[in-house]
This record gives sequence, structure tokens and C-alpha cells, in this order.
Amino acid sequence: MIIQALRRVGSKGVSFLDTFGASGMFLFQSLIAMPNLRNSFPLLVKQIYSVGVLSLIIIMVSGLFIGMVLALQGYNILARYGSEQALGQLVSLTLLRELGPVVAALLFAGRAGSALTAEIGLMKSTEQLASLEMIGVDPLRRVIAPRFWAGVICMPILAILFSTVGIWGASLVGVDWLGVYSGSFWANMQDSVQFTDDVLNGIIKSVAFGFVVTWIAVFQGYDAVPTSEGIGRATTRTVVYASLAILGLDFILTAVMFGDL
Amino acid sequence: MRIRTLEISVGAFMMAGFAGLIFLALKVSGLTLDSASESYKVSASFENIGGLTVRAKVTMAGVEIGRVSDIYLDKENFVGVVNMDIYQQFDNLSIDSTAAILTAGVLGEKYIGIVVGAEDEYLVDGDEIEDTQSALVLEDLISKFLFNKTQED
Repeated sequence: MIIQALRRVGSKGVSFLDTFGASGMFLFQSLIAMPNLRNSFPLLVKQIYSVGVLSLIIIMVSGLFIGMVLALQGYNILARYGSEQALGQLVSLTLLRELGPVVAALLFAGRAGSALTAEIGLMKSTEQLASLEMIGVDPLRRVIAPRFWAGVICMPILAILFSTVGIWGASLVGVDWLGVYSGSFWANMQDSVQFTDDVLNGIIKSVAFGFVVTWIAVFQGYDAVPTSEGIGRATTRTVVYASLAILGLDFILTAVMFGDL
Repeated sequence: MRIRTLEISVGAFMMAGFAGLIFLALKVSGLTLDSASESYKVSASFENIGGLTVRAKVTMAGVEIGRVSDIYLDKENFVGVVNMDIYQQFDNLSIDSTAAILTAGVLGEKYIGIVVGAEDEYLVDGDEIEDTQSALVLEDLISKFLFNKTQED
């Protein structure tokens, strides 16, 4: 009985390590030997369009509302201590350090990551990847690499725009609606936000998230069981794994960046 | 045509990201592009600088006239030395001006307030403001208050 349970844990562990190693090899193979820029640049632009530009709307709208809600909630609590002017500081630090990178990455995993998985999974099930290989084109380089790089490039841009729009939304609510004095709103913000510590660390976080989310998305697509059910399951797995990875990685990165370790 | 709109939108996307970064740098974190050449340095020693930080404002009559550029401990006299960059257009601060560390609101940021003196000589680059007033530390105030209370009883 105990032996059985132990065996099951062991086989789970082995298969996990197996998948992890396979995905690492897969990433390595699709990224080594950057192919010539003339051919791959249009592919990259096309993927940045479908991964980044098409995710822009949802990122901006969510950023706006999250900034506005933060300003409302923060104002109500800060007003109790008579320090509404700290609102700018509260909103900007929250957005730049945490919410900007994390929420943008979660939305990105749902919007772009699932689409990547479904697209690549369908390519596999309709044997497009196999036919590419047949005519002598490496599908890893032709299909996977541009998608991966597009994700890594787009994620920080989306996170920056998320924070920017969020701070703008907070100033709309805080300054224009609730009547916080705009001078102290911005001055408090500028005094507390450090460019290297807060803005750059947020960008580093979002690059890491972009890397992990796109890696999971393209690998799940490539690894999917080539049936309609398998693609559905792979898409779900992408969103679940990517979200968990974002939140776990966020804790580690925050501990390293802001925890004085 | 299809390709062109696609490329244009990608370009606009990248530019928007860059513009957002510039907004975060200039408006949110308060980086300034103008160099230190338009300002002159003045230092002041305080017994306690409280929570003053680098890039805090230096004000006179509530108007910003400079920024704190550097804070360190004077190892000989055990006082906190604050270096300030005062903007060049305010070059008529008299030499006996006083500097105090003040707080905006209850939980607001610390800043330096300068009150001008009466002398005709002006502060120049590298001068030190002699007359200073330390930051109010809440714990000191409370302990003084409690001490007085117990003496009354």
C-alpha cells in the first residue's frame, strides 16, 4: 500500500522532470543559432502584432480601472488619517512594483498565451509542423522562435503601458474627482518613486514573466495531444501553469528585489 | 496594404511603450534631464535629519528652489550633513539664512525649508548654512510631553 503510493509519487516526479527537461531542450533548440535577420524579422513583426498589439485593449482598459479603483480605495483609507496627499505615492508604488507586472502578465497569459497554445496545437494536429519539417524548414525556428521572442518583447511594453494608464486613471479619480491637490499628488509620487529601484525592477519582473509565460504557452502547444480535446486541455494547462508560475516567481523576485536579502 | 497596416500598428505599439517609459521616468519618478550646471551647491549640518531623502525638495516660502543631492554623516562631529543643489536663478540667498527640516502633512514627505536672513552677502557655491533646525522626531516630542506631565503631578 505504502509502496504503491511511494511508487506513484516517484513516477509523477520522474514524468515531471522529464517534461521539464524536454521543455528546456525545446526552448534551447528553438533559440540557438539566431537565423538571418532578413527572413525572420517580418515573422517577428507579425507575431508582435498578434501577441502584443491585439492584447493592448484589454491591458489598457484593465489598467485604467485598476488605477481608478486603487485611487478610490486608497483615498478612503488615507483620508481617515488626514493624509490624502500620499495617494500618488500609494498608487504609483503599488502599480510599478506589483500590480503592473503581475496583472498585465496574468491578462497576457489569458489573452495571448492561450491563443499561442491553441494556434501551435492546431498546427500540430493538422500536421502543418510535420509538413514544414518535410520541406526542410525547422518548425522550431520558423514557428516557435518568433512567437517566443514576440512574447518576451511585448510583455514589458504591455506592463509599462498598464502602469502608465493606471497612474493616469488614479490621477483622474484622485485629483479631478476626489479633489486631492494635484501638486502634492505628483510631488509625493516623484519623491517616493526611484527610477532604478521601482520602475526598472518592475520592468525586469515583466521581462521574466514574459519569458516564463511564452515558454509555457509555446511548449504546451508543441507538446499537445493532436486532437481537439488535447488542444483544449493544453490551452487550459497554459493558463493555469502560467498564472501559478507568475505568482510564484513574483514572490521570489520581490523577495530578491525589495526584501533586502 | 495589409502588411503595411500591420507594420504601422506594431511600430505605433513600440513607440507607445517607449512613451510610457518616458512618462514613468519623468513624471512619475521625477528624473530631470537638465544637468547640475544650472545650480550651485550649499551644505548644512543637522543634529538629526529625520527621514529626509536624497532628491527631497528645498523650498523657500513654500516654493521649490532646489533639491537635496547628497546626505552623509560627518564622522568628526556626528552630525548629518545635507548637500543641496539650489537653482541658479535663486542666487540672492543671504549668508545668514536658516535651514529647517519640515514635514508636509502628518505622513507627508520631508523637505528643507529655508528662511532668508538679513545680511547683504549672498551664499555662493560650496558655502554652508550655519543656522539649522533639526527634524522633529515624534518620539522626542512624546517623551518630552510625558516628562512634563509627570513633573506636574
